[in-house]
Amino acid sequence: MSDFRGRRRLVAVMVAASLAGALSACGPAAPAGNAPAGNAPAGTAAAGNPAGTGQLSGTVTVFAAASLKGTFTQLAREFEAKNPGTKVTLSFAGSSDLATQITQGAPADVFASADTKNMAKLADAGLLDGTATNFATNVLEIAVPPSNPASIASFDDLAKPGVKVVVCASQVPCGAAADAVERAAGVALSPVSEESSVTDVLGKVTSGEADAGLVYVTDVKSAGGKAKGIPFDEASKAVNTYPIATVRSSRNKDLARAFIAMVAGAEGRNTLSAAGFGTP
Amino acid sequence: MTFSVQAAVAARGFDVSLSLLPGETVAIMGPNGAGKSTLLNIVAGLLHPDSGEGELDGKTLFSLESGRGQWTAPHRRGTALLAQEPLLFPHLSVLENVAFGPRSAGVPRRDARKSALRWLAEVEATELQSRRPAQLSGGQAQRVAVARALATDPGLLLLDEPMAALDIHAAPLLRRLLKRVLAGRRAIIITHDVLDALMLADRVMILEDGRIAEQGPTREILQSPRSRFAAGLAGLNLVSGTLAGHGLLAGDLEIYGQHDELPGQLPAGQPGVAVFPPSAVSVFLTAAHGSPRNSFAVTVTDLEPYGDRIRVRAGDGGRLSADVTPEAAADLGLVPGLQVYFVVKAAAVTIYPA
Amino acid sequence: MAQARSSGYGGVPRWIYVIAAAGGLFVLLPLAAMVAEVNWPQFIPLVTSESSLTALGLSLRTSAASTALCLVLGVPLALVLARGRFPGQGLLRSFVLLPLVLPPVVGGIALLYTFGRQGLLGRTLEVAGVQIAFSTTAVVLAQTFVALPFLVVSLEGALRTAGNRYEAVAATLGARPTTVLRRVTIPLVLPGLASGAVLSFARSLGEFGATLTFAGSLQGVTRTLPLEIYLQRETDADAAVALSLVLVAVAAAVVALAYRRPRSGDSTSAGRESPTAAHASGGGVT
Repeated sequence: MSDFRGRRRLVAVMVAASLAGALSACGPAAPAGNAPAGNAPAGTAAAGNPAGTGQLSGTVTVFAAASLKGTFTQLAREFEAKNPGTKVTLSFAGSSDLATQITQGAPADVFASADTKNMAKLADAGLLDGTATNFATNVLEIAVPPSNPASIASFDDLAKPGVKVVVCASQVPCGAAADAVERAAGVALSPVSEESSVTDVLGKVTSGEADAGLVYVTDVKSAGGKAKGIPFDEASKAVNTYPIATVRSSRNKDLARAFIAMVAGAEGRNTLSAAGFGTP
Repeated sequence: MTFSVQAAVAARGFDVSLSLLPGETVAIMGPNGAGKSTLLNIVAGLLHPDSGEGELDGKTLFSLESGRGQWTAPHRRGTALLAQEPLLFPHLSVLENVAFGPRSAGVPRRDARKSALRWLAEVEATELQSRRPAQLSGGQAQRVAVARALATDPGLLLLDEPMAALDIHAAPLLRRLLKRVLAGRRAIIITHDVLDALMLADRVMILEDGRIAEQGPTREILQSPRSRFAAGLAGLNLVSGTLAGHGLLAGDLEIYGQHDELPGQLPAGQPGVAVFPPSAVSVFLTAAHGSPRNSFAVTVTDLEPYGDRIRVRAGDGGRLSADVTPEAAADLGLVPGLQVYFVVKAAAVTIYPA
Repeated sequence: MAQARSSGYGGVPRWIYVIAAAGGLFVLLPLAAMVAEVNWPQFIPLVTSESSLTALGLSLRTSAASTALCLVLGVPLALVLARGRFPGQGLLRSFVLLPLVLPPVVGGIALLYTFGRQGLLGRTLEVAGVQIAFSTTAVVLAQTFVALPFLVVSLEGALRTAGNRYEAVAATLGARPTTVLRRVTIPLVLPGLASGAVLSFARSLGEFGATLTFAGSLQGVTRTLPLEIYLQRETDADAAVALSLVLVAVAAAVVALAYRRPRSGDSTSAGRESPTAAHASGGGVT
């Protein structure tokens, strides 16, 4: 992609990617962020290497689940540092939103989903290049405000009368996981709210509105001091597997595959486990 | 059972006082902006004067000193206001409109309706009772408005140019109606029409620039006006000046005329006026000589048709008028801006103290 | 269609129609696209499912309640802004219009800071045993917050246009201020009041961001139709589209009912027009 025509196509892809990034940033659910470099003028990034074939260059657009925001932003920076002349454009949103956008033709090179169901949607529609790779797992954890006002110690405590517990709705991945652990623990929860995104669940806990919430381990970690995590055994009964794949309509499959290799490789695993993800 | 008001509004240069006996109707007249509506609004309670006092049938309407003091709200004053526009409530029927006052006073619905029907009969509008205001003509609406105002049984009725918005067919009807209902009722009526003042009012008060210019029984005012406005009403020319000898000194002019009111020598130095009808004025292009005549050099400002004559207006702001035949106007070649002489016999001029 | 219109000069240049048509299409095409996407065979089962009906019922109930609350709070506000005279009036108007420009999510956060457990008032309410967060009351509060400006603006405009001449007349006829308000002011602005209420209702129906942030999402309690749609689209796009169509239909019905073509220039809303008698005199209007 280093000739002039390729450069023009790169411009088109970048503009489209910026638009797609901006559009997905308007999604009402999880706060989706564009990597700051998203709107950089075409010329600089497309500089590329006129002669080399082994050298990676160009822009790769990554659509990733919201729960991957911290880790993927870090990995993207490392990728750009390792491969000068490349640019990683990130777009974070709910996995199902991203899947819908890709189905409607949004120009993405890589798709990292928070569950296998949404990846399967794309696979069934023949929109993937090859098969997906599982690169991380996530389990649920109980999140409580730092003072733990309702004195939650175990999963059973969540069902105590008067406890305000918030979970994800069944239709979203973390909600499906919550249903699974409920069944496994044999405890029926009466949540005061079933949110559509795990970020909203965490938000209700950190603001003190809820006494407890079921979120991912990674969410508790990213909340820092604003929430305390209480692990529970039954969590292992509902493991969320995160797959990543190259999108078939990608214009830069080499770059995409290189990024995926990094994510699924040692470097990626380090970053992900530091954030609380498990290995598949 | 008296009514008196005295009020001043500095910003408008307004300072008027007025009192009425029971059953008396006073007509207020004057040029636009003279303060007529201001007076009415103050009495009705819709406008705060800077200072003054008002009292109606023993109840204080207001008593203010530099804007502070006692103030009775409009709905407790016992006055009723009728304006140029009938302002009937568009969402109520005619009957409900007339019953509005009594019902606001707490009268039960049925009694209020009976009273309303009585007043509608009084204004000869019974057949209109179930109509909406939008379906009435101007004259009909104004009659209903009169009934509505009277249904509150006000101690003082205030009318602000009630005939102004009516056409020439509806106005006389309303005038006759008002003559009937105002008999024995205390009322203040603002009007531009001298016919209203003659037919409806016992007294006339002329307001000019927020002050009372003159007041008195209507016929007297019209016979011997002392203010420019009144003279205009009476259709007379008026020149004001100082009495001297056997005439009037107005600027550098000396006007001679009859002064039957003050026989003998006129008291010199006192302010006085000279009035004469436009029909007694002759127009010349050159100065006239001899005989006891008054002659004024003036510049023509306007020519307007007046019955079968032409009224020539001249002088400062068209103050003086002369009536000439159309042929004479054509012969003289009268046009605005032309310098002419107004000549009037002393016998036709009346002089009296201002 | 070939007959010329008998009414007078319209005063609208032809090219305006072109742009207006574009504007109309801009709004209609996305709706048409959505209608085209509806899974018609599955439509009835989708919109009559338990969760759908619950959400619709909740939406209608809460929107009605919030419209009522908007009337109670908004009418005095509009009166004071239109007819009152006091220092800081302009400032008050700006604040009342704030929810119009505030992103609803931000509005929800603000409500949380006020009525939430740790909130300004919430703390006291919690002690008194009143819990607002996660309740249907919270939904009504969120809807009222975003819908109130619509009522106030609409009504204030109507009040200003109407002027206060009739009120002055009523006062001189002996009506106390409360009587004037009840029998003259409100009846005369009923059309403006009605259209403001309709706007508020429609806005409440579609309210999403503030509800989500402030009230949460629980079936039957706080999950209004927009929230239900938001949730359904995660797994069942057909259901989401079908429910969206229901929401659009309800809103359109409400607006159409309220904005019926005005009858023969009569400004009253509740009047029955008496037959115009074929009276020789009068009959016309000044």
